[in-house]
Amino acid sequence: MSLRNYLDKIKPKFKEGGKYHWLHSTFDAFEAFLYVPNTTSKSGVHIHDASDTKRTMSVVILALMPALLFGMYNVGYQHFLSIGESASIWLTFLYGFLSILPQIVVSYVVGLGIEFIFAQFRKEEVAEGFLVTGILIPMIMPVDTPLWMIALATAFSVIFAKEVFGGTGYNILNVALVARAFLFFAYPSKMTGDQVFVRTGGTFGLGNPEMVNGVAQTVDGFSGATPLGQISVSDVSSFSDFTFTNILGEPLSKLDMFLGLIPGSVGEVSTLAILIGAIILIATKVGSWKTILSVFLGGLFAIVLVNLFSQNAVMEMTPDYHFLLGGFAFGAVFMATDPVTSARTEKGKWIYGFLIGVMAITIRIFNPGYPEGMMLAILFMNTFAPLIDYYVVDANVKHRMKRSAVKNK
Amino acid sequence: MANRIKIKKGLDIPLLGKPEQVYRGHIISEYIKVFPDDFHGVTPKLLVKLGDLVKAGNALFHSKNNPEVLFASPVSGEIVEIVRGEKRKILYVSIKADNEISYENFGVKKPSSLSANEVKQSILNAGIWCLIKQRPYDVIARQEIAPRDIFVTGFDTAPLAPSYDFILKDREADLQTGFDALAKLTDGSVYLSISSNTQNPGLRDAKNVVITEFEGPHPAGNVGVQINNIQPVNKGEIVWTLNALDVAIIGKLFNEGLVDLTRTVALTGSEVKQTGYYKMLVGTELSPIFQDNVTEGINLRYISGNPLTGYLTSESGSLRAYNSQVTVIPEGDEVNEAFGWASLSPKRYSAGCTYLHRKKNYRLDARILGGPRTIVVSNEYDKVFPLDIFPEQLIKATLKFNIEKMEKLGIYEVSPEDFALCEFVDTSKLELQKIIRAGLDMLRKEME
Repeated sequence: MSLRNYLDKIKPKFKEGGKYHWLHSTFDAFEAFLYVPNTTSKSGVHIHDASDTKRTMSVVILALMPALLFGMYNVGYQHFLSIGESASIWLTFLYGFLSILPQIVVSYVVGLGIEFIFAQFRKEEVAEGFLVTGILIPMIMPVDTPLWMIALATAFSVIFAKEVFGGTGYNILNVALVARAFLFFAYPSKMTGDQVFVRTGGTFGLGNPEMVNGVAQTVDGFSGATPLGQISVSDVSSFSDFTFTNILGEPLSKLDMFLGLIPGSVGEVSTLAILIGAIILIATKVGSWKTILSVFLGGLFAIVLVNLFSQNAVMEMTPDYHFLLGGFAFGAVFMATDPVTSARTEKGKWIYGFLIGVMAITIRIFNPGYPEGMMLAILFMNTFAPLIDYYVVDANVKHRMKRSAVKNK
Repeated sequence: MANRIKIKKGLDIPLLGKPEQVYRGHIISEYIKVFPDDFHGVTPKLLVKLGDLVKAGNALFHSKNNPEVLFASPVSGEIVEIVRGEKRKILYVSIKADNEISYENFGVKKPSSLSANEVKQSILNAGIWCLIKQRPYDVIARQEIAPRDIFVTGFDTAPLAPSYDFILKDREADLQTGFDALAKLTDGSVYLSISSNTQNPGLRDAKNVVITEFEGPHPAGNVGVQINNIQPVNKGEIVWTLNALDVAIIGKLFNEGLVDLTRTVALTGSEVKQTGYYKMLVGTELSPIFQDNVTEGINLRYISGNPLTGYLTSESGSLRAYNSQVTVIPEGDEVNEAFGWASLSPKRYSAGCTYLHRKKNYRLDARILGGPRTIVVSNEYDKVFPLDIFPEQLIKATLKFNIEKMEKLGIYEVSPEDFALCEFVDTSKLELQKIIRAGLDMLRKEME
């Protein structure tokens, strides 16, 4: 029996009066995933554009794939480097893939599970928003985050940053970033420093290191600190004297940073992969180029200003390093552009993006405890986005009232 | 030299089935049906009963709240059916047409030699005041308040729309008389908007009007878009709106003393074998033009009007009061498309860039292609909304019925048809025209 016939056969059980009517949102979600609903228009326009939220979210996930795949490869690369072994490209990638896969599964199961429950409770269709959030969450967490933490953070974020406001489209804060922030504030020691960005243990039996007293043995000189972490703890007085090193203490080239062979979260390391994703988002017009560009412009503005008044190596760091390192590029392309939480007017996007860039650099440079500022900058501007839009729309309102006053004199 | 305005935002949906500019014939049906629902906001009070004989132009009913506004019968004959629905609401009045139509004589008049009141009374008495609508609220104009200006659109940019040039061929005299009549009804101007492609001398060389030339995609032909670009409506102001085809009907009333509600209708759509233009009265049964002329074997959707704003009718339906177009497209309720969201099919059309654009015309069916969602994608409506108004914010204010916000954001300037393209491109599949219609109706009730 064909799939379509099977679905038609069991469909009545999920309708009003059917045995499984209480699960109908779930059934509808799976059916709509498999087949385009052939409900026809009953009022208003008779024809519709083929664009729907499933398509939009699919494009975002596609844009995230280069960063995800390369990030997975990098997890393997850093691992084998740390335990002093060499591995083939395939083993390297497989190691990384199998390390991150459980985090993705946990994120989706917990997040989608909660969303399905809320959708059924509201008797609505399941919205596709979490399809993107679900893959973002593992991409912005430190590589070695325990699965229970991911589950807890996802649950907290989906319930308190999204569902209590009404679900997809109603949230004020970026859901993936709230999950990250939750762990940042609840388990700070596990979220920063030099222990969490490189996975040294084995994964499903692959890449097992030597273990002594339950601690994986790494090569001499191993440091799991990210480049931004390195410069924030260094006491070198001038940036030109500072060298970024990889986990073995060898100097890092800009090419390493651009390709992504550096310690860090899965999504943020490869600037090249992020660039490919940005091109996909901009070409399909799913991500606003205005937001992305203005984040970089804001960052550039702040860096130039800070460079002028610099008093230590961190303040002297030039824009190219700022953009290649840390979560700046990833946040600019994939987080700031989330349409629901960003400014919604076109003029507003320029202001919103610019201020994110400025804030991210400010927090990076002046916050001694945390070398990365992008997450907090975006969350902060998320709360201000409605205000920015308010003033943009208000200009239109004032212009209309002025026109009315002139006419009615 | 006419004022030129270029409309940059909008969308011309590339559909199959454009009407061939060929006149195919005169359709005469035995029964003519008039639907009071065509006249939004009007509660009809019948002036005829079963068995009455009427002439073309005699009033069938008047507006309950405004007895001066009469509604004319398009044809002469006998009232044979008055069909009511729930709560005795009149669904339609059916008239058995005489073999030869006889017209009520309203007298030949020259608008330029009449007073404003006389012009107004002539149109009211002839039962065709319904051709004049107003902003705000997009309802039939209230005759007791003189409008600031009157706006006439001389072209239609909707998908598969008919050519006004073709329909109004040789109608210069009626058009000019119509404009003269309108000029009497306002102390302001009568603005006629034409397309850069308009060649009909009745439009291009019309006198007594301020001509503006528009260039650009749909909805450049919408009168609401034209008003906003020429002289927007402010709070407290009223403007009247018409289309040029109806101006010609008014003109003919004065020139020949009769009400001729014959429309030249374009038969369009991907499922029509032979498109073309037919002459028929408002209320004519459409089945003759569909016979042996539409795709067989699949469910079809028959629309009186265009695919964005038209009425859902059926194979045995009638031409509705304001339409000069009939469209037939596939219904699509039998289509099973797997994994549509991943599709690279050339049959899928999207105004956005998540599907490849191809230089061709599409055969779109009536499927919604998604479920209703909250508004997620930003700037989607703005790209097809060439008015100095923020559409998304206005929709949100209307949904909450926040009157103050609606006023501030420009609710008085818009009508549902201005949002039709927004509804078409909407990723969240919301019923935007319905939302605006409900908002305007509630606002009118509050204010009046």
